[in-house]
Amino acid sequence: MPAGSSQAPALAGTWCRLHPLSPVARIGITLGAVLVGGVSWVAGDQSSSGRTAQTVVIAAAAVLGVTAAVVSWLVTRWRVVGDELQIDTGLVYRQSLRFPLRRVQAVDVVAPLTARVLGLAEVRIVSAGTGHHQHGRLAYLSNQDAALVRAQLLALAHGLSPETPEPPALPLFRVDNGRLITASLLRGLWLIPLLLLAVAAAVAAINPGAPAGGAHPDTTDTVASLISAAVTAVLAIGLEAARAVNGDFDFTVGEAPDGLRLHRGLLQKRHETVPYGRIQAVRLLQPLLWRPFGWARVELDVARQPEARRQGEARQLAHLLAPVATLEQARWLIGRLAPGVPAPLTRSGAPPRRAILRAPLAYHYLSIWHDGRWLVTQTGRLRPALVIVPLEKAQSIRLESGPLLRALRLANVRIDTAGRRWVAEALCRDEGEATLLVEQLGGLARQARRLSW
Amino acid sequence: MEYRRPSPRMWIARQAVLGTSSLILLAVLGLGGALLAGGTGAVIGIGVVVAFAISSWFVERGRYRSWGYLERDEDLVVRRGLLFHRLTVVPFGRMQFVDVTAGPVDRIFDLATVQLHTAAAATDARIPGLRSADAAGLRDRLAQLGEARASGL
Repeated sequence: MPAGSSQAPALAGTWCRLHPLSPVARIGITLGAVLVGGVSWVAGDQSSSGRTAQTVVIAAAAVLGVTAAVVSWLVTRWRVVGDELQIDTGLVYRQSLRFPLRRVQAVDVVAPLTARVLGLAEVRIVSAGTGHHQHGRLAYLSNQDAALVRAQLLALAHGLSPETPEPPALPLFRVDNGRLITASLLRGLWLIPLLLLAVAAAVAAINPGAPAGGAHPDTTDTVASLISAAVTAVLAIGLEAARAVNGDFDFTVGEAPDGLRLHRGLLQKRHETVPYGRIQAVRLLQPLLWRPFGWARVELDVARQPEARRQGEARQLAHLLAPVATLEQARWLIGRLAPGVPAPLTRSGAPPRRAILRAPLAYHYLSIWHDGRWLVTQTGRLRPALVIVPLEKAQSIRLESGPLLRALRLANVRIDTAGRRWVAEALCRDEGEATLLVEQLGGLARQARRLSW
Repeated sequence: MEYRRPSPRMWIARQAVLGTSSLILLAVLGLGGALLAGGTGAVIGIGVVVAFAISSWFVERGRYRSWGYLERDEDLVVRRGLLFHRLTVVPFGRMQFVDVTAGPVDRIFDLATVQLHTAAAATDARIPGLRSADAAGLRDRLAQLGEARASGL
């Protein structure tokens, strides 16, 4: 390492503040929006006394925001001591956070647009836990420091000396941006505006209004509101697609000795590192509209609490292995992570024939396969999903059956993982087989845990 | 191996709750029926409540009988459910924490519920209707076993 890029002192155990430009990066966009919105608000008002009052309100809001950001920066300090990351923060409510690095589940480096312009990035430490503020966030550090911190945290998380340089990553897979855009636009939601337009057309056809100065103002109104609803729906879907493209643009997967490296983002860049041993489950999804193209989506799950309260955040936190890939690529990627796993499954693990009565559509997709290390289940009707769970990560095993299933002598087996988002489901198995499966999987999981220790 | 069952007190507690709520319902519906439609109304109201109480009694009894748990060498098995059978197997090594709760009714009857938590939110290993002392004992045993067999995430 050249002398110029020596370690940040915080990594050597000295209390340090975050980067001095952090407040700017944090409130930059909001402040800009407030000022722009405020100017147009003031300009719109005619009376001069009104203008003065509005200017005061806006200025006060801006000053308050800036002060809060600066104070928050002033009172936040962090350092790494031994194998523990320590963050002290808060003016009124002091908060002292300690993250044992051996328990780190993943380390993300995130750079939103404002931060990127300033050459800053946020380091996010993901740990498993049940509290609300379990994520250690260092917002923001200079790009260089962020990379150093990440390398050191990961080295510590693997029990290596902190000076271990970050091992180079082997590029594994890259998503074609054109395909990403096409795939993001292929959504079943398009049915909504189409239906609305169809209804509008039907209304207009059944009840044709007079050419001009309408004799049937009701019809015209209904058609107009239906069309505007359709336009709104189109805009919403387009926005959603744009967000997906923005989040997953230039998606690349790299393979490094210490974990998978995931890079993505157009405006906001994200660099995620998921240590291999922390992967709780892998899922392969095939949305209905993607199937003609033979495309699939591969997702990863690590142990973390659900962030369902904020949908956007939850999506951001979900690790993707590939937002869109051909089935062949997906299979290859999964084979890389889980050697020996056949994907998709052969029909050897199919449920008994009579299960077709319970699940007529899904029947042809239901299957289960396992060896000593991996458990693979497939479910789904319109959206076939393949869930792969390392047996050593199984948290609990459930056997369930309702009245209908019992009448058919069938039962469902579910395997829970710490990822909290997916459950490996073996649906509609024969009752005897299911009972055996629960025992067998329990034993295999136990062995797998012993081996991994 | 035999499944261990919740304490018979749980059945008494459930019946007490059912009886109390039925009596309240009986008073409300009987009086309401009498006010609205005289004698026939009262009879219909009472009939409805009695039918409800009897069917609930059978359902509750089935539910109570379906509960069972088994401590094995390496894991805990909990089964429950009358209409929808459920069987949950939790390896001791996967236990994150155990909690014991007792609601107001439970406390009157000296009962408690032991719940096991793993890192998966979907795990629903709950054993209701244990005597407080048994619940505390089970909790301590589980906590010990969990510690001995603990494995990382």
